[in-house]
Amino acid sequence: MAYLTDRKRAMGLGSAKTGTEHFWAMKVSSVALLILIPLFVFTFGAALGGAYEEIIAYYSRPGPAIIAALTLVVGFKHFNDGVQTLIEDYVPGTSQKVAIILMTCLSYGAAAVGVFAIAKLAL
Amino acid sequence: MADVNRGNRPLSPHLTIYRPQLTSMTSILTRITGNAMLIAALMIVWWFLAAASSEDYFSIANGFVTSWFGDLVMFFSVLGLWYHTLAGVRHLIWDNGIGLDIPTAEKLGWACIGGSVLLTLITVVAVA
Repeated sequence: MAYLTDRKRAMGLGSAKTGTEHFWAMKVSSVALLILIPLFVFTFGAALGGAYEEIIAYYSRPGPAIIAALTLVVGFKHFNDGVQTLIEDYVPGTSQKVAIILMTCLSYGAAAVGVFAIAKLAL
Repeated sequence: MADVNRGNRPLSPHLTIYRPQLTSMTSILTRITGNAMLIAALMIVWWFLAAASSEDYFSIANGFVTSWFGDLVMFFSVLGLWYHTLAGVRHLIWDNGIGLDIPTAEKLGWACIGGSVLLTLITVVAVA
């Protein structure tokens, strides 16, 4: 052991073995959301507070429906990547893996429910 | 010489002994806002599901989302959303190696805070 250099001893032991793909996924989804979020805020914001018939009519239009569906899909993907980093930073061991799995299921589940509901409203 | 002075080395300083700074606070706020928006996102998904189910179910979900409590969650979520959006833009700028010096980073921090308040007021006026 004494003959090993510090660098050789540390190689492959760090937390950051991978991560470029995670960083890039975050970057792509954040740029997409930069376009989607203002569109969603002002379409959903305009609809919210309306009567049932108004909501049905509004989300039968392709524009608001596609914006809402895309925002939920990209938003929950972005959330899932972000919350994974949060969990990795603060939760150790097996709980970390359980928490990441639960939040991933929640993210994809919520996105699927949202897209299903919007498609049902729109069609 | 690889094993000279091993151990007894200084640890990284922890949050509790750091003086709060604009750069650290705006960074932490980015994480808090990003994750806290889960509540509003789930409320919106529930609202869409209810609207797609029936008029009765919609009136329950819509009643909750547009109640004073729902309004409160939505208001702070919009504030958090614009803050997180501007903080994200700040990261996209930083990714290019631009604006990383402390005076510029602090100006960008104030821009995130001020900008998010301004965008929230515009949103409240536009959708109310």
